[in-house]
Amino acid sequence: MTVNTCTAADVARKVIEKKELFILDVRNEDAFEDWKIEGQKFEYLNIPYFELLDGVEEILPKIPTDKDVLIVCAKEGSSIMIAEMLSVEGLDVCYLAGGMKSWSMYLEPIKVGELPNGGELYQFIRLGKGCLSYMVISEGEAALIDAVRFTEVFTNFAHEKGVEIKHVFDTHLHADHISGGRAIATATGAKYYLPKADAIEVVFEYTELADGLTVQLGSSKIDVGVLYSPGHTIGSTSLVIDGKYLFTGDILFIDSIGRPDLAGLAEDWVGDLRETLYRRYRELAEDLIVHPSHFMKIDELNEDGTVAKRLGDLFVENYGLNIKDEEEFRTLVTENLPPQPNAYQEIRRVNMGEITPDNEAQTEMEIGPNRCAVR
Amino acid sequence: MNIIKTLDVKGLACPMPIVKTKKAIDTIASGEVLEVLVTDKGALNDFTAWAKAGGHNIVEQKEDAGVLSFFIEKA
Repeated sequence: MTVNTCTAADVARKVIEKKELFILDVRNEDAFEDWKIEGQKFEYLNIPYFELLDGVEEILPKIPTDKDVLIVCAKEGSSIMIAEMLSVEGLDVCYLAGGMKSWSMYLEPIKVGELPNGGELYQFIRLGKGCLSYMVISEGEAALIDAVRFTEVFTNFAHEKGVEIKHVFDTHLHADHISGGRAIATATGAKYYLPKADAIEVVFEYTELADGLTVQLGSSKIDVGVLYSPGHTIGSTSLVIDGKYLFTGDILFIDSIGRPDLAGLAEDWVGDLRETLYRRYRELAEDLIVHPSHFMKIDELNEDGTVAKRLGDLFVENYGLNIKDEEEFRTLVTENLPPQPNAYQEIRRVNMGEITPDNEAQTEMEIGPNRCAVR
Repeated sequence: MNIIKTLDVKGLACPMPIVKTKKAIDTIASGEVLEVLVTDKGALNDFTAWAKAGGHNIVEQKEDAGVLSFFIEKA
């Protein structure tokens, strides 16, 4: 039998199309427990590769022959070895090219909305890390929201679409992943926007993202409205595009809400978070479609693989928006929080421009899930 | 510490450091110590988990100029 290669893009299609897949993850148990490829119909077997060096015979009965089998490790080396051993035993398997490292980096663009005069809205889903970035396109011009650090994915996409990136927004200073915003703006000559309250320590020039700012994209003048919505960070700001789409950054997700502690000030910011979620957002139109900058669980994906929902539905369904008691809310978002994202303090420093690690080091920093939410 | 052998797997990527370490450990006696020099950063967790699974004891580990050294006492 042959050993086949699967790319992160192949696996992404299986996640989005809710296909079945059997994953043999040969990383060590801690790594698997911490972070794995999530799919609604995926089955898993985790056996570290170093326990299989003497042979794979004992796991053969556990591997199905009636569905696709994917072998996964951190970078790919071990998965190739195990895939070859299984192949010798007569199994038809494939390994994930580039391993979890490539999974962490893969972005899947999906169209999520229409704008007047042929404009389009795309969501870039980073399935491996739960990050969501956006490109708004209108009459030859594009704006980006919370772009992750794979700048070429966005510049190439803009090139394919024949549009020029004019505006690049970061809704806040990210702590879980490295922003691509500033690099894209530098490469394209676009304007880079960041909320001032999050930018106190940054070492670069930026345009202030603040209430009252209006940006127009394309000649059809698609409005970009700005709404100060602190809580995840003190500067966190939401965007409303064309009066129809609400970009909540890391304040409000589909099935969870933002955590206020990643800059070390949970006690100070919990009041802001409450104010944003229970008052400011309540004043908005319920028909706005919420597009967050993360998802936490694969269940938050819609049927078509997108991550978006009507604000009015979230008011009803999202537990974090339905805690009447302020003290209970305070406890939820300041105590028993999930572990903080990998290297989050270093990541903040990269996003402030204080340090500039090489690409390999940036990849290592971003390994693991995003963990920006509490639920 | 009874270091009986040193294995240099610098520059090798996963899974080779562990594969070679396992072969080397098979050639020494219980209670003897194998020193392994590795540069693959991913090795850190893998060596710990591998040693634990096999009952071997990592008596010491250190890092010097990007090179990790493990001193592994065979079970």
